[in-house]
Formats: sequence, C-alpha cells, structure tokens
Amino acid sequence: MAAGLTATDMSVRPWQQDMFDAIKELDIKQVGYVPDAGHSAVIRMCHADTDLKVAVMSNEAEGMGLAAGAWLGGDRSVILMQSSGVGNCANALTLIENCRFPLLMIITMRGEWAEFNPWQFPMSRATPGLLELMGTRIFRVDREEDAADTVRGAGRFAFDGNLSAAVLLSQKMIGSKDWNK
Amino acid sequence: MTEQALNRRDVVKTILADRGDALVVTGLGSSTWDVFAISPSDRNFYLWGAMGSAAVMGLGLATAQPDSQVIVITGDGEMLMGIGSLATIGVRKPPNLSIVVLDNEHYGETGMQQSHTSFDTSLTDIASANGIKDVHLVENGAELEAVVPRINASEETCFVTVKVASTDPGKALPTTDGVEIKNRFRRAVLGTI
Repeated sequence: MAAGLTATDMSVRPWQQDMFDAIKELDIKQVGYVPDAGHSAVIRMCHADTDLKVAVMSNEAEGMGLAAGAWLGGDRSVILMQSSGVGNCANALTLIENCRFPLLMIITMRGEWAEFNPWQFPMSRATPGLLELMGTRIFRVDREEDAADTVRGAGRFAFDGNLSAAVLLSQKMIGSKDWNK
Repeated sequence: MTEQALNRRDVVKTILADRGDALVVTGLGSSTWDVFAISPSDRNFYLWGAMGSAAVMGLGLATAQPDSQVIVITGDGEMLMGIGSLATIGVRKPPNLSIVVLDNEHYGETGMQQSHTSFDTSLTDIASANGIKDVHLVENGAELEAVVPRINASEETCFVTVKVASTDPGKALPTTDGVEIKNRFRRAVLGTI
C-alpha cells in the first residue's frame, strides 16, 4: 500500500520515474494533460524536459484532438488524465476510431479504493467499460513494477497498430488522496 | 447582420487563394464542405465528427510542424463546443496557427437554429480573453482582404471571426473514410503514412 497522496508532494516515486523513462523511450514528443495528484510527478518531469511540448488542457476531450493533430504532423503523443475525465472523451474518441489515429492515454483511477469522495465512484465504475465501448484497449496496472512495462506495451500497441490504448493506474498502487493535509 | 453579409464560400476562396503549402483542418459541417469545394488538397484534414476538436487539432499539428502554416477553418457552433480549447491554445500560442471561424450565427446542418453568437457571445472577445493577441473581427470584404495575409503567414497565433450570411451554398462532400483522409494528409506532409 502506498502512502497517502497530497497535493504538495514533490517526491518522485520509482514507478513514476520508470514510467516517464518509458514515455521518452517511446519517442513521444507531445504531452497533453488534465492533472491528477497521481500524475503530478510525471507532469513536472514532462515540463522540465525541453524536448517535450506539453499542453495543459481545459477538458480531457481535447486530448483526442491534440493527439490526432500531433500525429498528422509526425509527432507521437501521450495524454494524461484521471478516471473522472474519461466521461468527457466519449464523442472525441470517434475521431480516433474512424481515422485509426494511434492514441496512448495514461489514466489514474479515482474512486475505486479508499476514496473519500463518493462523487468519483460512478466514473470509476464506468471507466473501463466506456473506454472499451468506444474502441480503446485497456491495460491495467496494479503493481508498481509493472507500470513502465505496461506503458511500453500499450505504446507499441497504439503506435505500431494505429489503435487506441489506455493504461489504467490502480488507485491502490498510486495511494489514495490524503484529505487531512 | 448587415444586408451585404459575406458569402462563406467566397470568404474561403479569398483566404485559401494564397494558401501555398498551408495545412488546413476543417470543422465538421459547412466548413468542411466549403474547403473541399474551394480548395481540395491532400494537405486538408476534413472533420466529419468529433465536434469541438478542430482548433485543438490545429494546436497539435502546429506544434508538430512548426515550419508550416496551419489554418483551422471552422464554424461558430463547432468552435463553441470546443471553446475551452482556446484556453489551452492561449497557454501555448504557436506562432504558426491561424483559426478562422466562419460565423453565420446559426447551426447550419441541423435546421438553422440560432447559435450563441446570434445573442451576446463574441468569439473574438473569448479568444482575446484567453491571451490570443492577433484577433480580428471581419464583417466586410475590405476587412477580409486586410487580414488574409496574416492568416496565411501568421507571426503569432491568429484568431479571426468572419461574419458570414446564414445561407446554404450547398454540400460538397469529401470522402467520409477517415483513414483515407489521414493517410493522404500524412503522405503529403511526411512522405509516409
């Protein structure tokens, strides 16, 4: 079990470093994100890497357009979001399926384990099914040591296959949000 | 709207006459028909769905191809659905991105219902409020002629609303095969699919 997450935690956990390294190994050039505490270390590393062009997005659905535009111009991208944002993506995912754009998403799960905020529960329950209904393959990660390899594998699936892939990072692995800090 | 409101297809003809090697992304509906009718090219990406995605596709493309001019041509309804993407673009502001909204103040494909720009919504004000500085409201031919060079050779992110008549110039339909549209575009730009 991971320690509680706080919004001000500036540490980088080994799995986060490994996952960032996997993103770089995949030759990804653009990153779009709507933040989550579980992504914050990777987001900081992305911003610090001058070879990556990073966009903070106002809505997760922008990630599909961003990834499609990037690919049209020859860039690979990764889209980071939390499970609550998956619901925003449904119609935009039709762009990915109809054109067979490669799409790599890394999604932190909220509302599935030791979640204080019950408003996260419905999208947590719906996330895998919604993504699959809209043509995205799910790659779930429950153990820290699997995170980077799963991102590599999902990236190969997306970029070699012109397909849509979502890596779901379990809330238990990330650590639930600590509401006392 | 004035009696002499611009015709949307004439506007697209004026803008794209000097497009050169510009890469064009079109918003679904009338904007796609306009660009396909006037300036068909492998360097066009025609959206048939994913309403609200045109501008942010332009961001990803302009970022990947910094030496190419990217022009997004879309409608007021499509821009409104992706309105948050103007905030995202306002953070990055790629200098090679122009966004042109053909604003007929209506949802043209669904029965010409009034859109928000028929009322108090100003897309140029929204673009300005998101930090985009080269912003223009075009309401006549002279204003259009003046802004076309900036659209085709932007020096900073450029946002233009062109008020156009809410008349239907008829459909001109590119292929609906998204893979074909994508592969043609990538072959033209990158030399590979």
